[in-house]
Amino acid sequence: MIRVDEATVVLGIESSCDETAAAVVMGGNDVLSSVVATQIEQHARYGGVVPEIASRAHVEAMTPVIRKAIADAGVGFERIDAVAATVGPGLVGALLVGVAAAKSIALALNKPFVGVNHLEAHLYAALLDDPHVEFPMLVVLVSGGNTLLVNMESHGRYSIVGQTIDDAAGEAFDKVARYLGLGHPGGPAIDREAKLGNAQAIEFPRAMLHDGFDVSFSGLKTAVVNYVRKHPAVSTQDVAASFQTAVVDVLVAKSMKAAQHIGAKTIALGGGVAANSLLREKMTAVCAQAGWRLVLPSMAMCTDNAAMIASAGWYRLLQDGPSDLGMGAMPNLKLTDRTN
Amino acid sequence: MIILGIDTATDAVSVALHDGESVLAHSEIRSDRQHAEALTPMIDFVCKQASIELWDVGGIAVDIGPGLFTGMRVGIASAQAIAHVIDVPIIPVTSLDILSAAVQTHCEVIASVIDARRGEVYWALYRVIDGTLKQVGAPQIGSAESCAVDVLDRGQSTLLVGTGAVKYETEFRDRLAPVLPIVEFADDKHSMPLASTLVEIAHERALRGEWVQADNVAPMYLRAPDAEINWATRSTQ
Ligand SMILES: [Zn+2]
Repeated sequence: MIRVDEATVVLGIESSCDETAAAVVMGGNDVLSSVVATQIEQHARYGGVVPEIASRAHVEAMTPVIRKAIADAGVGFERIDAVAATVGPGLVGALLVGVAAAKSIALALNKPFVGVNHLEAHLYAALLDDPHVEFPMLVVLVSGGNTLLVNMESHGRYSIVGQTIDDAAGEAFDKVARYLGLGHPGGPAIDREAKLGNAQAIEFPRAMLHDGFDVSFSGLKTAVVNYVRKHPAVSTQDVAASFQTAVVDVLVAKSMKAAQHIGAKTIALGGGVAANSLLREKMTAVCAQAGWRLVLPSMAMCTDNAAMIASAGWYRLLQDGPSDLGMGAMPNLKLTDRTN
Repeated sequence: MIILGIDTATDAVSVALHDGESVLAHSEIRSDRQHAEALTPMIDFVCKQASIELWDVGGIAVDIGPGLFTGMRVGIASAQAIAHVIDVPIIPVTSLDILSAAVQTHCEVIASVIDARRGEVYWALYRVIDGTLKQVGAPQIGSAESCAVDVLDRGQSTLLVGTGAVKYETEFRDRLAPVLPIVEFADDKHSMPLASTLVEIAHERALRGEWVQADNVAPMYLRAPDAEINWATRSTQ
């Protein structure tokens, strides 16, 4: 078992979807470097991420990205104490590129490898800016693939309080943006258009699913499509603003309810949708009012990156030790699944 | 100089070490989609077998395909990562070159033919000149029929080797045997490229200085992603 402490330096590698990323993090939270090569442009014309194109781009970008992460950190490979990589969930062919690279580096350095759950890493992204938050912490993880309200009781201990029963929040943004002809990815496009529109123009439904903490976005997406069909002359900006407000209202209301339920001391946002300006604004307002401490990670830490992988890897090493070099990809990993 | 060879471009995963004179150690499994799981422990294993450290390696040879996309990528990403850490160059070798180098024949031409699925094969032709091989033209992808036509064009005695030759043996025999003086098929044990042959080729190329830096190694796909093909078809309609 290796010693894991404040001076332990972890190289993190991420390749689960359409970002090739590498980062060097010391002591679990001190980000020495974080490099992300995005493939957004390569997938844009297909209206979504194409797995084979993603895998090809990962191979091309991986070595230069790792090279830059090491250089930016101002350290050499000899200073790396462990190598962490996302093993799942994600696109299997894409994941394997990062896993193969990470295990090979670990072997060449004769240092431990640790397989990281990408969803767990998103929780740790919130801690990168402030590692001394009080638990329990409610993490609102909203991205293109996930909408999860997570109760993080302590390091390595979490349970899902609520989740989407159909589309992920980011998926709803993407689908509505595509329907409105705003392009891919939809989140930033809707956010931009919404700033120019009237959020009160259209009263879209808020599917509150009154009984629990789960959310639903597919009805809202259908409502947008039906409305635009009926009112072809409607301002796209008004539709974007009204739609965005409906999504944010649901997320904020459910988050408050879940935070009360678990007795949260802290609330944190994570995932690509956490970069949405209205969500950040409204969350800040309600948390200030209710007296909850809110952690808003920087935009760069909300979207996929390898600093969060290195950070989660550090905590994994501390608690469970290294993973086996025979580990592969686990494309369907759940938040509460163990990696080793 | 010690060369580490990595071959994951087909269903076989293999690793070998060569010291310039002979193969020091090699390991091979038929893996069927467990390339990433198997590869790293196998590299560790051959190093221990040969009693060397990865840092003793002076160059890394890797099969860059054509073959299984995911397999190729696992091998290339691993080769690049190790080459980067220990700061050595890479010798990229195609799967077709490796197949042709593994067989002995009196035929004038060797056709390396790999199953590309979806009714297609990857192939390349090699002329045998005084025991050495010279590739004729670039590697290609197409139906077994178009491969057979390419072989017929040369009109010489031919040995076919590889998973594509095995899969379409009847088709090739029916098409080629009536026309060519000799048509032979390599033994099944040669149907997949192996690292033990790869390191032999790589050693010769290393002596000729045929290196590339880790960042410049690219897989040989020969087939575009489906999404790209569909997009191109739609755009031209
Ligand atoms: Zn993510």
